Amino acid sequence: MTKLTSTSLPRDAATPNRLKALLRHRMIWPGLALLLILIVDGFVSPGFFTIRIVEGRLFGSLIDVLYRAMPTATVALGMAVVIGTKGIDLSVGSIIAICGAVISWRIHAGDPHFLILLLALATGLVCGLWNGLLVAILDIQPIIATLILMVSGRGIGLMINLIYGGTNPSFLSPLLQGLSVGHVSLIPTRLIVGAGIFLALWLLIRRTAFGLFLESVGGNARAARLAGVNARMILYSAYLVSGVCAAAAGVILTADTHTSDPVSEGLYIELDAILAVVIGGGSLSGGRIYLGGTVLGALVIQALTTSILTSGLPPEYNLVVKAIVVIVVLLLQSANARAALVSLVARRKR
Amino acid sequence: MSEKYLPLTATIAVFSILFLTGGFLYNHFLSTLVLGDILADNAFVIIAAIGTTFVILSGGIDLSIGSMIGFVGVAMANLDLAGWHPLASAALMIVFGAGFGALQGFIIDFCEIQPFIITLAGLFLLRGACFMVNLDAVPLRHPFVSAFAGWSIPLPGDGFLASSAVVMLVALLVAVGIAHWTSFGANVYAIGGDRVSAALMGVPIRRTLVKIYALGGLYSALGGIVYALYTSSGYPLAGTGTELSAIASVVLGGTLLTGGVGFVFGTLFGGMILGLIATLINFNGSLNGAWIMISGGLLLFLFIVLQRFLIGSLRFGTAS
Repeated sequence: MTKLTSTSLPRDAATPNRLKALLRHRMIWPGLALLLILIVDGFVSPGFFTIRIVEGRLFGSLIDVLYRAMPTATVALGMAVVIGTKGIDLSVGSIIAICGAVISWRIHAGDPHFLILLLALATGLVCGLWNGLLVAILDIQPIIATLILMVSGRGIGLMINLIYGGTNPSFLSPLLQGLSVGHVSLIPTRLIVGAGIFLALWLLIRRTAFGLFLESVGGNARAARLAGVNARMILYSAYLVSGVCAAAAGVILTADTHTSDPVSEGLYIELDAILAVVIGGGSLSGGRIYLGGTVLGALVIQALTTSILTSGLPPEYNLVVKAIVVIVVLLLQSANARAALVSLVARRKR
Repeated sequence: MSEKYLPLTATIAVFSILFLTGGFLYNHFLSTLVLGDILADNAFVIIAAIGTTFVILSGGIDLSIGSMIGFVGVAMANLDLAGWHPLASAALMIVFGAGFGALQGFIIDFCEIQPFIITLAGLFLLRGACFMVNLDAVPLRHPFVSAFAGWSIPLPGDGFLASSAVVMLVALLVAVGIAHWTSFGANVYAIGGDRVSAALMGVPIRRTLVKIYALGGLYSALGGIVYALYTSSGYPLAGTGTELSAIASVVLGGTLLTGGVGFVFGTLFGGMILGLIATLINFNGSLNGAWIMISGGLLLFLFIVLQRFLIGSLRFGTAS
């Protein structure tokens, strides 16, 4: 199509087409939303875009948005994979809490810190094994299957805390805190970790058949099975990915607070993660995985939060603004609502 | 016995076993006092769960319950400050709850969005609205509130049925009537069983869905009113996580999450099982509060697996 128009039409006539194609690109709306928020921020608080070097690391509101969005974005990437299979994982917040408890427990037991890092990721893997068992083997609805771990996970975290006394003592770990709050030359380490996770997932989803299978299972599990895809194993692996991503976020968050608090750590992060996937263009009816869009979605959420805080509005407005953003995004995604809007505008014009 | 009644029977059996276990372990556990306390403490959860039962019977889900309870409490406390009679503000809140639920139901059907994500937005919106009104607990000072909290019906034994429990039981009877003796109730079961077949048989899908979510909103608002009157205050964090307890109560009550099968009456026992577990753990004294979360999750798991195999057997039953 594009080849036809570019040869049959003069060069300048092809530009609107290219603009149209750009407008139709799925990354354009979350991208524009992020840009809009940042522009408003630039007007509201001068100096929003200045990036300085303080104590040998980059410093500024933009870096802050990236820095704080990293754990949510990591969880959201795993969530995007699960949502791509028409599922959902409500237990990510609880997985973070369990990981935090495990890290704190093993550090006080005196394990080598590299082993603890692996142990934390393995904890996420075990949680993913549990969720996958319920969803892929027992065929339980994903919302309900992951609800079980969501309800009991924070309790499990509290029980692990009891093993070493039931308090939340703080800990120091050069390795874990280096990953979380440290920096490599100018760049915060957690951004590098986040980029690494993104790249690994991108290679897995876009450069192997695994991604294709995931999307085919989400699009139509029955058709995928008939085409010879082992739908159960694909579904299972999606929950493993989500569990490990949540565990990675758990390591970053636990090391950041220097302690494990299973009651409040990662609270409501599942909602933010789902929101990031939806803003990024992912549909809850499955079949599509947009990793880049998901990261943009997480940045939009964090930029909103940061701008509410820097603009001097009380932080209580955060939830309401978030809710309105979700509703607007969902309405824009719905064909019925768009049609109603278009006919309303058309009637006005007449 | 029909397989239809199996989950409900299992629920009542679990409740009885837990209650008798408590009786064996602790003196004075098997009394109307303990039973009345469980009913009174969990009345607001069970009321909200009754509304959720309709939503789940239709194959949907409502996550905005807990925020609705918090918002209703905060709104009633502020209307109380403005000099409203609690009954007047309660009536307003009932209308608000039904309207909010209806709006959610309409968006779910009109935009063809999963109920999960729309009611999640509702959760954010109402909880955010609570925080915007005030951040601290506000007491309800009207004399009616203390009169309501103090009123109760004495039961045989030492126990008594608190006013909140009475409201809950009346709400339960009304809901049972709606579910089993109205055409709306039949439509709910039809939509949950098979939405396409229901539409082909002439069930008005949109009108029924809007009514279902309106009913869900109404019952969660009623739960919020009972909670505010029972605690005599409006607290913006009130009801956090109640949606999970309500959904768990519905599941433990024997309603299938796939929709179409279940009883409103079972939800009462589902909610009471959760209350009973908390009471048992409190009676023990040496057990940590974390056990409440874990045992809740464990029971949820057992019931869901039970349901899973029941659905399997029901399917085979129709196939052969």
